[in-house]
Amino acid sequence: MKKKVNKNSLNGFINYGIVVAAYVVIRAMIGGGMVSNSLQSLLVPACCYVVMAVSLNLTVGILGELSLGHAGFMSLGAFSGIVASIMLQEAIPFIPLRLAASMAIGALAGALGGAIVGVPVLRLQGDYLAIVTLAFGQIIKNIIMVLYVGVDETGIHVAASSDRFVLADDGVAIIKGPMGAVGVTKLASFTAGFILILVTLLVVQNLVSSRAGRAIMALRDNRIAAESVGINVTKYKLMAFVISAALAGAAGALFGLNYSSTVASKFDFNTSILVLVFVVLGGLGSIRGSMIAAALLYVLPELLRSFDIAEYRMLIYAIILILVMLVTNNPTMKTFFGSLLKKSKKKKEGAGA
Amino acid sequence: MKKFLALLLALAMTLALAACGGNDSQNDNSAPADNTQSDAQTPGDDAQSSGEAVTIKIGGIGPITGDLAQYGTATQWGAQIAVDEINALNGPVKLEYNFQDDTGVSDTAVSAYNNLKDWGANVIYGCTTTTPCVTVASETYADRYFQLTPSASSTDVTDGKDNVFQMCFTDPGQGTAAANYLKDNGLGTKYAVIYNNGDQYSSGIADAFIAKAGELGLEIVATQTYPEDTTTDYTVQLNACKDAGADLVFLPIYYTPASLILNQAKQMDYAPTFFGADGMDGMLDMEGFDKSLAEGLLLMTPFNASGTDDRTVSFVEKYQADHGILPNQFAADGYDCMYAIYEACCQIEGVGSMSNEELCDALIAVFTGGSFSVDGLTGSGMSWLTNGEVSKDPVVVKVENGAYVTQ
Repeated sequence: MKKKVNKNSLNGFINYGIVVAAYVVIRAMIGGGMVSNSLQSLLVPACCYVVMAVSLNLTVGILGELSLGHAGFMSLGAFSGIVASIMLQEAIPFIPLRLAASMAIGALAGALGGAIVGVPVLRLQGDYLAIVTLAFGQIIKNIIMVLYVGVDETGIHVAASSDRFVLADDGVAIIKGPMGAVGVTKLASFTAGFILILVTLLVVQNLVSSRAGRAIMALRDNRIAAESVGINVTKYKLMAFVISAALAGAAGALFGLNYSSTVASKFDFNTSILVLVFVVLGGLGSIRGSMIAAALLYVLPELLRSFDIAEYRMLIYAIILILVMLVTNNPTMKTFFGSLLKKSKKKKEGAGA
Repeated sequence: MKKFLALLLALAMTLALAACGGNDSQNDNSAPADNTQSDAQTPGDDAQSSGEAVTIKIGGIGPITGDLAQYGTATQWGAQIAVDEINALNGPVKLEYNFQDDTGVSDTAVSAYNNLKDWGANVIYGCTTTTPCVTVASETYADRYFQLTPSASSTDVTDGKDNVFQMCFTDPGQGTAAANYLKDNGLGTKYAVIYNNGDQYSSGIADAFIAKAGELGLEIVATQTYPEDTTTDYTVQLNACKDAGADLVFLPIYYTPASLILNQAKQMDYAPTFFGADGMDGMLDMEGFDKSLAEGLLLMTPFNASGTDDRTVSFVEKYQADHGILPNQFAADGYDCMYAIYEACCQIEGVGSMSNEELCDALIAVFTGGSFSVDGLTGSGMSWLTNGEVSKDPVVVKVENGAYVTQ
């Protein structure tokens, strides 16, 4: 038992190490002028997608429930984060603090959305949950598409159509229905993304290795057995689901504050599936796998631009996805990599002794 | 073993594709990706003094994959024809052209823009669609790049940004023009609007149309919406229009949903006059589209491919020879953008020794100078207002016998 715990926390520390090392290396490379503009512009969204993938992994890999509406939580976080950042403009002039506050509000909005969906829905299982989360993502998208939000001296105004949306002369329209949020001040930075990943890892890894985490995994492995030893199914499912939604909300806020304009249709079914692809390719339940898959696969289509194959880049991207899927599921490959791993382990042990 | 074989095949496919793309002459992407000095790069720094042509690098952005690819490729190809023509002129300015895919999505568009910055672009041409254009416009505004968009028509694109100009009409401008046209020509008595309320373009036109119609006293009896362009059933909306007795239906939408609306209206024996905006252009070239459905359709478009003036004829010929289809207004807008940039650059002295910031300011000065005007495929004597809007006359065409006839 003791060895198992050690192994878990060691794994966790390796994850922190990878993130910190990646951050330091990239920072150094930017300092040395070795990173192109296009790669630099990918850093913040890549961080967001890493957080999205890790948080979705909590639902799909660790809780074992298929969620197809993860982008909906991201959307909630993005738009509430944008509104918060504009509302707090005067209250918190210090930008990093305002960004942190906006992300916290984004996380809250995500958590609230998660709880609203989770309470009735987590009584369902498997396919049913997938369908309801899918619908949730669409509902969020369609609500934000008709939502008008603005501030003026009398406070915040919310309307569901443009003719009912009246602001005083000095008012600022923040979300304008299908036009989305326009004129957002960009607050996001790579460092903020880095810190968000660390926080996400801290939350998810500690949850997984805690008593609650073991209960959640027991639910995944055998619900009836878990229930029979007195585990409260709804409580633990909701816990994992809401934490996952909150992290997605924070990632959404960071994402929204990285661009001057954001539209609701960005966070559609395709985005949910994209994140799910990162999780599946990285390995269900593997946090490190999710991180690496999200970072690499998000940057890959942009890297393909540099070659003389720009017209085929999305096609090649798709083929690479299929290849990765085949390789990671191919028994021949698995035994091959497995034997490599064993050999290196034996070597290490040999060297240690 | 079978799976292993499948793997090998997939790998071979990737390699084969990579090889296919090798001789792609249109996209000169051989730029070094690690060129971070591009901000300070000046156009044609190697060929200025001795009266040789200066090269301006134009970075284009638009969707050439995904749902909106037809618009992006049209602007890409249309501009390419203009670039080839301009370079064959041997004038004082030559253009180098690189077009990057944004798939119609904001964050990809920002990556594409940064990729073009790495390439050393001097002027940004794009984006094709509104949503990514709004995002990229604030990036170019911060970085001081001159930006001319062929088809991003929202006012948000140019709002508060002195460096962004449009080749197309703004959405509200089109809505207002449509209402004026209907009033002036006495078309219809009861009006209906069907639009996509999840789309900036569509709702932008519809809102302005409804507002202007109210002002002019046009009676709007039905306002129907649908949420996305992938919707396939419009019978509910059409029935509402029919029940309200509308005899003219305004469709400020793209042609894919519009073609379904025309078809479904015919099936339910509802035959009002349909009136469309410029997004309707391209419907006649849709594969498998029954052209008789569009008979009598009115639409506002700045470009008519069956026009008979020399320039249009030669453009259409070249475009058809290269790509096998008729150019639409997006292609024509792209073509005109290149000429606008070219003619503006020709008016600037010492254009070869300017940094991007200086070039941006100089181009803004030319575009808003008051005396600058461009003749192109989508209008003659086009000039620009200080807010970035183009001023040119809207043209209404009617579909007769499967071709456009200018009204």
